[in-house]
Amino acid sequence: MSLNQIFDVAGSALSAESVRLNTVASNLANAETVSSRPDTAYRAREPVFASMLAQQTAGQAPESVGVRVLGVVESNAAPRMKYQPDNPLADQNGNVYLSNVNTMEQLADLISASRSYETNVEVMSTSKQLYLKTLALGS
Amino acid sequence: MAATALSLRARRAELLASNLANADTPSYKAKDIDFDAVLKREQQGASSTSLAVTNPAHIGGKSPDGVAATDLKYRIPNQPSLDGNTVDPHLEKAAFAENAIQYQTTLTLLDQRIRGLMTALRGE
Repeated sequence: MSLNQIFDVAGSALSAESVRLNTVASNLANAETVSSRPDTAYRAREPVFASMLAQQTAGQAPESVGVRVLGVVESNAAPRMKYQPDNPLADQNGNVYLSNVNTMEQLADLISASRSYETNVEVMSTSKQLYLKTLALGS
Repeated sequence: MAATALSLRARRAELLASNLANADTPSYKAKDIDFDAVLKREQQGASSTSLAVTNPAHIGGKSPDGVAATDLKYRIPNQPSLDGNTVDPHLEKAAFAENAIQYQTTLTLLDQRIRGLMTALRGE
């Protein structure tokens, strides 16, 4: 019964989207983190998604393609510099380095991730209904 | 016929679920099957990837549920993303909902046939 595999596929998407939500939460939480050196400043994290091509080989249907997180990459944007001589972390010029998180970008990403998550939950619940109806066939 | 259609509907649901799952995957291409064409072919008992059989004892190379890799067609994107992804979530969601309803329709047909048989068996 191939409705079974929908749960795997949608489940993999749920897990990937929750990793994405996690990175967004971490980025937003650290948006105002300061550091004394530009190389130690917090950098925005972003997951890299890829289709699960590897699992297609052994007996699985070619049409069920899950999604996995290949890894989490850090943004290369320059950290924001701020003149704040009172800060205990300030360097000899009185500068502190803030994270390179773009809050607007993160919020847009948050909405996109939560919509994708909702979609996959919807797919799962529809499949569950179909599955249960199929089980009740002829009763 | 209803059983074949049901199985194909389940496969299509799986395919559309994969498209929705990969809505944010870079360079993923949305796929779908031509349901009518595959169903017609299944009813005629032919297969797109069957092996040539020269002896009745030969086993034909037919995929179990009728959907072969060659049946998968890439969707023509309306507005592909910059990252090469061609999934349009709205279109896929609509197709998934439509497919779910058609699955239920087929299920109802099958259910009524089973009920008819049960009534005949009981003879009440």
